[in-house]
Amino acid sequence: MAEYKVQFEVFEGPLDLLLYLIKKEEVDIYEVNLTKLATQFIEYIDLMRQFDLEIAGEFLVMASTLMYIKSRELLPVDQQVAVEGEEEGEDPRWELIRQLVEYKKFKDAAARLQLLEAEQENIFPRLPGKLEFESVAPPPKPEVSIFDLLHAVSGVLQRFNQRENLGEIFEDKWTVSEKIEFVLRMVSERGGVRFAELFAGAASRAEVICTFLALLELIRLRRLVCVQPEDFGEIEISRADPAVAVGVPPAVEGGILPPGNASGIPANPEISTDSPPGGTPGSTAGETSAATETRQS
Amino acid sequence: MELKYILESLLFSAQKPLNAKELRDVLAAAAGADEAEATAQSLAKLKENDLIAALEQLAHEHEAAARSYRLACVAGSWQFVTQPEYAPWLKALVGIKARPPRLSQPALETLAIISYRQPITRAEVEQIRGVNVDGTMQTLMERGLVEAVGRAEVVGRPPTYGTTAMFLEYFGLRGLEDLPAADELRRIVVEKPPGPVTAEPGLATTPPEQLALQSAAPEPGEGGKPEAGS
Repeated sequence: MAEYKVQFEVFEGPLDLLLYLIKKEEVDIYEVNLTKLATQFIEYIDLMRQFDLEIAGEFLVMASTLMYIKSRELLPVDQQVAVEGEEEGEDPRWELIRQLVEYKKFKDAAARLQLLEAEQENIFPRLPGKLEFESVAPPPKPEVSIFDLLHAVSGVLQRFNQRENLGEIFEDKWTVSEKIEFVLRMVSERGGVRFAELFAGAASRAEVICTFLALLELIRLRRLVCVQPEDFGEIEISRADPAVAVGVPPAVEGGILPPGNASGIPANPEISTDSPPGGTPGSTAGETSAATETRQS
Repeated sequence: MELKYILESLLFSAQKPLNAKELRDVLAAAAGADEAEATAQSLAKLKENDLIAALEQLAHEHEAAARSYRLACVAGSWQFVTQPEYAPWLKALVGIKARPPRLSQPALETLAIISYRQPITRAEVEQIRGVNVDGTMQTLMERGLVEAVGRAEVVGRPPTYGTTAMFLEYFGLRGLEDLPAADELRRIVVEKPPGPVTAEPGLATTPPEQLALQSAAPEPGEGGKPEAGS
């Protein structure tokens, strides 16, 4: 009895319990006596009931299948009635055994996966540090202002100026939230994307605008940062330092520079001189761009 | 200079695992450089298959040398990793690897079925396991090991599921063909043994010509309603 109590927790389902019973009998699955198995199985269910355990429905279904098999065995073959809807010659015993064999194989496969899982914990990849000279090579990346972004997106939109007046009506099938996922996926897959790449697949103005709004939103939420490695060059988008995204509550947004993502900023405040003089951003872009806040500071 | 050693040097210094395409791009970029020499140029138009062959050869060499590290291919990307038996010292050096908690037994079983049989519907998984898998599927999807890959062309068009690249990374597998006993489990054909499986027929007596069906006496009833334990 005591042995049962411990075992109950372990069974994942009726098949698992049946396998355990077969193993206890020390017989091959193909040679198991299903009638005897049915009796043992039902004994277990009775026991579970005694212990006030909730019996999952699957166990009851299996119990009824076993009872059915057992009852069929009581009749000689020539007297057995073919059940309606069941194929001629379909033996429920065989069906159950097939299921058990299959389940057993996958249970073994799961055990092998578990070994692999444990092994992975002990395998360490070589992660070389960044090579020394590499950090000197790229110039400090200036942050991008909202105007740089607007300029860039208007460049993308020009693509559609020529073909927009065909009188075709597009279905509005893009949403900003969808595009947020799209942008995040792209950035996380490639580590960083160029501005134009985001819009490469866009089919209409509306789609470009949706993607752009998604980009602005992600910058506001500090999930992404934009940099422009060289003046008038392509804007690059990469993931923000995750610590910053989590660490800064939205309430802080008011021009205070978060300490985390200021990778290249303190060095040269004059770097963004190529963008229009920063007189307006407070009114128009106060909530759209983290980069704008950076410039205000 | 041999291709495999060029690749070795690249992988030795790479910041992340590189796949064959990325390595080929590097070779092409090196050939495009101004001072590119003949060797570099000869490697510009290499096929990915040749690259992979060279990588495999390199991995074999490392394996044969029985060093403390080896060249591993996980989810198609190549990287140098240490052998597991050196873990105690590495843990002291870099700390325990940040990994999500280990998978539970039901999760592993479900994952095993999906990985060998993908694309597979939820109902098919349940049929093999014999239990409901809603909860475990949810866990596996949340952990990014399993994803919906399409829809089955049967009534109701239920979604089908498959494993992700993260699955391969999590178990350190090169690809799905690298799963243990892959060919056996992909589609198991269970041979029906000859002859009856258990007891012989003819146990019971022949039933009478006509069974007089009395008004069915009410069955004792198996336990009645399942009462929640008080």
